[in-house]
Amino acid sequence: MLAMNYRGPQRVRIDHKPMPQIQHPEDAIVRVTRTCICGSDLHLYNGNVPDTRVGSTFGHEFIGVVEEVGPAIQNLKPGDTVMVPFNIACGKCAFCRQELYGNCHESNPEATAVGGIFGYSHTAGGYDGGQAEYVRVPYADFGPTVIPDWMDPDDAVLLTDVVPTGYQAAEMGGIQPGDTVVVFGAGPIGIMAAKCAWLFGAGRVIVIDQEEYRLEFVRNFAQCEAYNFRSIEDPVVFIKKTTDWMGADVCIDAVGAEAAGNALNTLTGRKMLLQAGSTTALHWAINSVKKGGIVSIVGVYGPTDNLVPIGNVVNKGITIRANQASVKRLLPRLIGHIQSGVLNPKAMITHRVPLEEIADAYRIFSDKLDNCIKTVLIPSRANS
Amino acid sequence: MEPLAEKFSHINGWGIDIDPKNDPTYPIKKRTDEEQKGYTWERPVQQTSGVEVLHSIERPNLSATFGTSSPPKGLSGQLRRYAFRYSESHYGHWLPLLLADRVEAVEGIVDDVKQGRFPNVFKEKGRIAEWKYNPQRVLIRVAVTVAVATAVWSVLAGKNKRN
Repeated sequence: MLAMNYRGPQRVRIDHKPMPQIQHPEDAIVRVTRTCICGSDLHLYNGNVPDTRVGSTFGHEFIGVVEEVGPAIQNLKPGDTVMVPFNIACGKCAFCRQELYGNCHESNPEATAVGGIFGYSHTAGGYDGGQAEYVRVPYADFGPTVIPDWMDPDDAVLLTDVVPTGYQAAEMGGIQPGDTVVVFGAGPIGIMAAKCAWLFGAGRVIVIDQEEYRLEFVRNFAQCEAYNFRSIEDPVVFIKKTTDWMGADVCIDAVGAEAAGNALNTLTGRKMLLQAGSTTALHWAINSVKKGGIVSIVGVYGPTDNLVPIGNVVNKGITIRANQASVKRLLPRLIGHIQSGVLNPKAMITHRVPLEEIADAYRIFSDKLDNCIKTVLIPSRANS
Repeated sequence: MEPLAEKFSHINGWGIDIDPKNDPTYPIKKRTDEEQKGYTWERPVQQTSGVEVLHSIERPNLSATFGTSSPPKGLSGQLRRYAFRYSESHYGHWLPLLLADRVEAVEGIVDDVKQGRFPNVFKEKGRIAEWKYNPQRVLIRVAVTVAVATAVWSVLAGKNKRN
């Protein structure tokens, strides 16, 4: 089968790899029909996540058709069209029973801080991902959800990560009616977080980024204010001024390790890897939120250390909430929001690229070329 | 609430997920304290595998399932095995893993060449797309590379002459 093959920092190609096999009674093999490149894939692509091995296949956002199931599978059958949450979760361990599906204790032997994630390095379990024609899906009776007949496949593939992560970013903010919410980052997750902040009753939603075309998109898509940090000088002072010098009630870091905007952070976090990614967005979030406010983090950082103004967190009495999105927990509600027309995630898709052109797709998404917001990869066997 | 709902009536779905009881919100509200009892849940069947799988020393065992992509091999594999002697809170774990990743990128090129395949780095780095959408940057990159190479060559050539 054809699959993405990671060869080293910023080097990927498409290669023939062996077909995935059932390795556990609760496995399924899924033929991929849509898969995306996620902003967090760029951390892998750039070589920032330790234990990202050459020969790995990335991809944690995908949908497809069940081709084969293991002997213990009861809820799925070959031919079912499914969306597969990016978290690999057993549904039985102490953490899954608390609906912490991003923190499953039975899906990742290599690290205890994170559960298994498809195609996200050996630090997240060493699973091959969905940027391929076929993929092995563990715990297939628990994670995958059959796609309703009425749902557009482009909406379905975004339900595997982008929509739940953006929604959970807003949910973790504990937004109260009338609150001012600032979202750092106008990538797909930030765009979705801004949109979802209204669902929790926000009174004002502000997005900060440096890409004009993304700011223009989020203004229209999420009906919010959007500002370019390159033109407002100091985003923290800007937020203070525009909130009557109080600060925002809730700040959301929807950027993570690839943040721009601070030369020292960029140098130490992105170029020299002296910290686990640049913390510029998180700095701004902590310093822009009001005293007693909430900072919600869904931006992804590496597992080592970061420079964070923790003294300000203490002195301001800030609550920080963070986690990988618990996709399975949120799916029923989000499917409802798409069906009722409240959310229209497929509008974020700007590029559809054949899987075979994956190296170009990564470059376009990584460098934000051609006004790219979200890229969907389509394997040639998608319609077979 | 009413005046706010009226004010934001132009936003489809405004306030539909307001839940005053959602405080404190996820990820702590479903706490069951089950984890205090240790490994008491009914564990899934243990996956077996013919490939080497390293596991964190912060857990006593392999998780019931795991990925079998790219098992450790070569010098990078030795570095990874060394890294897994340390916990996730230790630089001795993460720094050797990062080093192993860089070493394995070189090993990958050697493997390719051994198999008679010289990697097309220009294509793998997506430079074709970059040329299409941002040719200026490609030209700058080429110019800088040529300038640096020329400077290094000049320095080395000058040194050889003096010797």
